[in-house]
Amino acid sequence: MTIQEAAAVTDVQRADVGDYIIILEKVRKRFGDFEALRGITLRVKRQEVVVIIGPSGSGKSTLVRCINHLEKHDAGRIVVDGIELTRDIRNIEAIRREVGMVFQQFNLFPHMTVLDNVTLAPRLVRKWPREKAERIAMELLERVGIADQAHKYPGQLSGGQQQRVAIARALAMQPKIMLFDEPTSALDPEMIKEVLDVMRELARSGMTMLVVTHEMGFAREVADRIVFMDAGLIVEEGTPEHFFTNPQHERTKLFLSQILHH
Amino acid sequence: MTAQANLSSDKKSPPAILEWMKENLFTPWYNAVITVALAALIFVVLRALFRWALYEAKWEVVLVNLRLFAVGPYPEEAFWRIWVALGLVGALAGLSWGAWGGRNWAPSVVAGVLGAIVLVLPASPNVKWPLIGVLAAFILTHVASMGRSRLQRPLVWGWVLSFFVILVLLKGLGGSQVLADVPTSKWGGLLLTVLLALIAIVASFPLGVLLALGRRSELPVVKLFSILYIETVRGVPLVTVLWASAIILPLFFPKGVRVDNLIRAMVGMTLFSAAYLAENVRGGLQGVPRGQYEAAYALGLNYYQAMRHIILPQALRAVIPAIVGQFIGLFKDTTLVAIVGLLELLGIALSVIAQPEFIGLQREVFIFIAAIYWVFTYAMSYSSRRLEARLGVGTR
Ligand SMILES: Nc1ncnc2c1ncn2[C@@H]1O[C@H](COP(=O)(O)OP(=O)(O)OP(=O)(O)O)[C@@H](O)[C@H]1O
Ligand SMILES: [Mg+2]
Repeated sequence: MTIQEAAAVTDVQRADVGDYIIILEKVRKRFGDFEALRGITLRVKRQEVVVIIGPSGSGKSTLVRCINHLEKHDAGRIVVDGIELTRDIRNIEAIRREVGMVFQQFNLFPHMTVLDNVTLAPRLVRKWPREKAERIAMELLERVGIADQAHKYPGQLSGGQQQRVAIARALAMQPKIMLFDEPTSALDPEMIKEVLDVMRELARSGMTMLVVTHEMGFAREVADRIVFMDAGLIVEEGTPEHFFTNPQHERTKLFLSQILHH
Repeated sequence: MTAQANLSSDKKSPPAILEWMKENLFTPWYNAVITVALAALIFVVLRALFRWALYEAKWEVVLVNLRLFAVGPYPEEAFWRIWVALGLVGALAGLSWGAWGGRNWAPSVVAGVLGAIVLVLPASPNVKWPLIGVLAAFILTHVASMGRSRLQRPLVWGWVLSFFVILVLLKGLGGSQVLADVPTSKWGGLLLTVLLALIAIVASFPLGVLLALGRRSELPVVKLFSILYIETVRGVPLVTVLWASAIILPLFFPKGVRVDNLIRAMVGMTLFSAAYLAENVRGGLQGVPRGQYEAAYALGLNYYQAMRHIILPQALRAVIPAIVGQFIGLFKDTTLVAIVGLLELLGIALSVIAQPEFIGLQREVFIFIAAIYWVFTYAMSYSSRRLEARLGVGTR
């Protein structure tokens, strides 16, 4: 850890939260009259992989986006790695430094090469010198299997390659947590696997992950825990085993039957 | 792209020009009629113009007053400063062309040919040799820097710095022997036109970007101020702004302090241009998808970093044509400062044709300055197209 990082980290208060790296307590979020989250309580342990499933509009994206303050929650508490998410911009930025995010639409920066996409944040935010940022970026691009594309622009890559760049870009900040919001939903079927393989490897390496996805095979294989949401609430949660063999709630059963026999 | 181009050229290669003309100029019968009619019209107009320009026009009025058109009443003993400034611009231009243009000899060759023409021209040695010096500065720096893209970043700063250096050079420093002060009332002609436009462009750019960001800000006061400013200025003609800045600006200074006429005009033009620029930039900002902001923030970038590295580069790139169009308009609008008594190119032209010995020679004078405006504005739009093409890399 460099001096700047240490300084950046120490100017926010950290609570002792034991094993829980993400704590949500009765989190609520409304858009106008519509309540997208109606009291979400969820705890995620270090190195845990939690998959969130649920019908469209149930609030999965909103939940994930509240964790790094892309959406501002209206009520309840969010504590990430001991840092309480308040209105204080220092807390928000401290949390964002520790949380990486991968979007459905990749959101790569189209005016920069792949390498610049990956090195930008470490250089600006972590203040790494260019050589260090590029060395680590190349390692990450190697890890997601696209080191040979480093000097291309995002628009010259396939969807699957772009999403892998996006994962490398998020990892370059060396986050403690990775959020994925439907990372494979915008991909052609033949590219889904290459992205899921990367995520699988990441989970195996011990990364804490919160994944919104409709890929039930992935959920079953990789998740430590599955959370089912509907209408802004967590309806049911449990191990994949519990979920796919013995779901309790009618709503869960209906959803699973729809998605599995599709 | 290339594959397609090859395909089509393969298909209709034999008598290319005739084939092209037949297809594009004469194919449906009414197209042929339009082509012939327009060609006749162009011919008639051009013939009349050339006849007049070559046989009837009295170009002495331009030749005799060339110096006035160029720099107005700028004092002769300080001309060397203008040449030094031009030399500096020439050197920076050479370096820039080398740094951005790759290994391409064409610019140097063109400059060399120009130099040769100047050499044989029957111009006064006071103009000839400095001009050749400027071209030489361009050629030398261009050849030395060809293909060195590492110079790009220092060059940006070089240009910014040179802007201030040139201003000091031309204005001089009060009390200095070598750089005696030249009052701004002695600035004129093309020199003044270019300086006015340049200063207004350089100063209004950051202002316009800030106003555009302000208009989209979440802080109500900032937002309200930006909207009020932009809408007020855009609702008022430039002439009014110029008058207003001549009359209102002195109110902000203690009694007795006289605000320089030129500075008033510059402030007026800058404030005016900033409002339009803000609207152009806002258009660009609106075109940047929300996901770009979200990705930047999710990576931990703060507002300034996100704007500087992610949002503005994309937004500005998208509105280069609009911004350059606006700057071209601004360049031509410098003519309006003649109203507040400044002798820029048009002001000089008006004063020249008012002299008894040049009565009846308006046509020559106006065509001459129109040609100058055209050359400058065309150069601007040409460079904007080059810039766009260059920046287009990787956007799709
Ligand atoms: N910015 C917003 N403004 C207004 N309503 C919104 C906004 N964002 C989300 N919503 C609404 O909140 C609800 C939850 O949206 P969210 O995107 O979290 O659902 P989701 O579970 O991710 O659905 P999907 O599977 O379609 O992505 C939806 O009804 C949506 O219309
Ligand atoms: Mg969603």
